[in-house]
Amino acid sequence: MARLQPARSHARQTLSPAAGAARLELLEYFLIHHDDLQRSAQASLEWLHRHAAVKRSVCLLADRDSGTLLGVAGCGVPIADVEMFASSLSDEGNPLVGALASAGPVILKSGRRNGISTRATPPTPLGPGVFVAVPLRAVRESTEGAVGLLLMGPGPDTTADISWLSTVLGQKLDQIRGRGSLAEEVRKLRRERSLLFTIINSVTDPIMLTDTEGRLIVANSRAEKLFAAGEEESEGRRRAVELNNMLFSAALSRSAVEGPSEARELLLVDPSEGSDLLFEVLSSIVEDSREGTGIVSVLRNITDLRRATEQIEENYQRLRVLEAEARTERDRLNLIIDSVADPIIVTDPTGETVLMNAPAEVLFTVPATAADIAERNVQANDAHFSSFISGLLLGEGGPREIRRGELGLLNPSSSELIPVEAIAGKVQSESGELTAVVTILHDRREALERARLYEQLKLASDELQARVQAATAELATQNELLRRQAIELEQASRLKSQFLANMSHEFRTPLNAILGYTHMLLHGVAGDLTVPARRQLSRIDSNGRHLLTIINEILDITRIEAGKMPIQISEFDASEIVPEVMAELDPVITRSKLVVTPKLNPGAPAVHSDRQKVKQIVVNLLSNALKFTHQGGIDIAVLYDRPSGTISIAVSDTGIGIAPEHHERIFEDFRQVDDSPSRQYGGTGLGLAICRRLAAALGGRIALRSTLGQGSTFTLTIPVEATQ
Amino acid sequence: MTEQGPLILVVDDYEDAREMYAEYLRFCGFRVAEARNGNEALEQAFSLMPDLILMDLSLPGMDGWEATRQLKADPRTARIPVVALTGHALAGASEGAKRAGCDSFVTKPCLPDDLVIEVRRMLGLPQTTHPDH
Repeated sequence: MARLQPARSHARQTLSPAAGAARLELLEYFLIHHDDLQRSAQASLEWLHRHAAVKRSVCLLADRDSGTLLGVAGCGVPIADVEMFASSLSDEGNPLVGALASAGPVILKSGRRNGISTRATPPTPLGPGVFVAVPLRAVRESTEGAVGLLLMGPGPDTTADISWLSTVLGQKLDQIRGRGSLAEEVRKLRRERSLLFTIINSVTDPIMLTDTEGRLIVANSRAEKLFAAGEEESEGRRRAVELNNMLFSAALSRSAVEGPSEARELLLVDPSEGSDLLFEVLSSIVEDSREGTGIVSVLRNITDLRRATEQIEENYQRLRVLEAEARTERDRLNLIIDSVADPIIVTDPTGETVLMNAPAEVLFTVPATAADIAERNVQANDAHFSSFISGLLLGEGGPREIRRGELGLLNPSSSELIPVEAIAGKVQSESGELTAVVTILHDRREALERARLYEQLKLASDELQARVQAATAELATQNELLRRQAIELEQASRLKSQFLANMSHEFRTPLNAILGYTHMLLHGVAGDLTVPARRQLSRIDSNGRHLLTIINEILDITRIEAGKMPIQISEFDASEIVPEVMAELDPVITRSKLVVTPKLNPGAPAVHSDRQKVKQIVVNLLSNALKFTHQGGIDIAVLYDRPSGTISIAVSDTGIGIAPEHHERIFEDFRQVDDSPSRQYGGTGLGLAICRRLAAALGGRIALRSTLGQGSTFTLTIPVEATQ
Repeated sequence: MTEQGPLILVVDDYEDAREMYAEYLRFCGFRVAEARNGNEALEQAFSLMPDLILMDLSLPGMDGWEATRQLKADPRTARIPVVALTGHALAGASEGAKRAGCDSFVTKPCLPDDLVIEVRRMLGLPQTTHPDH
């Protein structure tokens, strides 16, 4: 502990007029507030601040009655800190108590080590480092020691002003105490101050008094946590406090510009948590005669409020979104339900219908203009439906059970029975509680009708199949029968041909003898004949020859049919055939008295065909023409058609002609136009049939052009080169 | 006249036909021998060496085809012309006859006059009209 030089000797020597006036001002104040100990002390400290550049100072008073050293006033130091200097006078180890007995100023070190501060959190009241304790002494020398102490932060050395002030303040304090009111004053002061601090500390909001620049004068413990940090505090916390001070100063200066009464928000940092804290700052300017202009600020923590507000806003927004989604979902669901053609009914757990789509309404609501019967039908439908879902509503079945059933509902207006398949399922909440029962009804009429139709169709199909099978079997039988018949026919045909061949042989053998002997008799083998005998033999001869022709023709047909008519191809001139045929039939031509005119074609190429058969055909045609012509003439023309490579021999007569309906018939076997037994014209009726067959065998054909009563033209057409 | 005419062997199992042709041939100036079947035809042919043989093909026992084949196979009778006579006008009859060696083919019924014309043609004799005609 170092002792400073006493300043008393300098006091009277260097005193400027201005300094004198300042000293006078304080003394005047002392006079006005002659008995107010606290005010006098406070005014003294502020005087020091103004005139001796002492920024921080505290005045302590030694109350011998209570045995304590009390803080009376402070300048540049929070009021609360002044209290920190309170200590017991009996504490001999306390440097402050020691300083009371000192003759002059004593330099002390701040910090816990000196026992000055016992509180952990607040900073050393007079700043870091050393401070000066000046004993305040009464005028009369007393054994009791100094009246009090003047503590000052590190600053100027003890000047004349400080010495002067300590002298006058000591005297003044002693004077007031001397009046006997000191102890009571101090106690009262203590009580009031303590009460005040209790009050402001009990306020959960930070409350501060600052000067106009934002420097902290008084703060409750809440505010201290935000705005004050000792050296021993962590780096992070000190930085947070520094930041908070800056933010607060900035806010205050804004409020100075914008108006102090306005509540504003201030975002600070929680020094212990590091989290953001939002405050609403209410500042008001206070005018104090002694302290000057200050600002009282109350900070209301609205962090939680803001958070809650935001949470509420957020929840509200989320609720709106959910509500919109739910509405969309419900609309979509309604749309789906309404678009389903099957009736859908949603029932709540009490059995009340909650929702029905349009098809369901048709069945379960009575139309406005309905008759009584419709109402009864709807009631019946309701009863059916209720009994169907009652089990589910009573909680039967598992949570996922789907109940199926068939109901016979009635069409309310027409009373038509509608068989429906009902499918009901439970809708359950997350907790497993029954929320609703959803039932879908499916009209089974269509399905039943379809099943019925299918059954009918199947029946018809089966029947048809059976018929087809029967018909197929029948057809197979018929085919087999036909095949056998064909074989039999073929055999019969072959037998017929064989029979006819044999018969013709058997016929011809005796006929040969008849004709032969007749011939011999006519030739006078048996001597000369009488005229009647010759005539009668001639009749035998001609009838015998006719019979032979018939037999030969039958034989020809048989041979052709049996395929035993060989084709003998040779090269010849078609025009040669005509005179030969005419020569063969010369007796007939002569007898008919008709003119037969050959119209030959010398330019025609030679024919490769069966000469004998061509001749046979032409003989037949000419023979027919002669037979059926009574007047006029017959032409035989040979024609050559180069493009088709065919030769034609046409026999044209001026005979009786053939009606069109008989044109085809005359080519059939044993046919003549007149088939009657009393027919006019002789012949077997086989001639044209044979001719047609022969022509076909040569690859040709026979055509007929004829007009009844005007004559006929039969034309044989054969290819120049016959195909075998 | 019969002593000078060519000798014709008429082979036919049907007596009426055989005798009719034989009678008419004699009437026309030919000498005639007769046979009723193939075996007889061969015997007659080898013993008489006729100028021409009229051969019916359908015969009991050895038929006309077989007889003709044997005659044509024998150098003594191979040059004698054989005229086949048949009522079997069915296809193949004439072919079969020619294959068997027949020189000519006449279909029954054949009038005696026509037969004589064919015989004369085969023998290279002039066709003379009948004395009565």
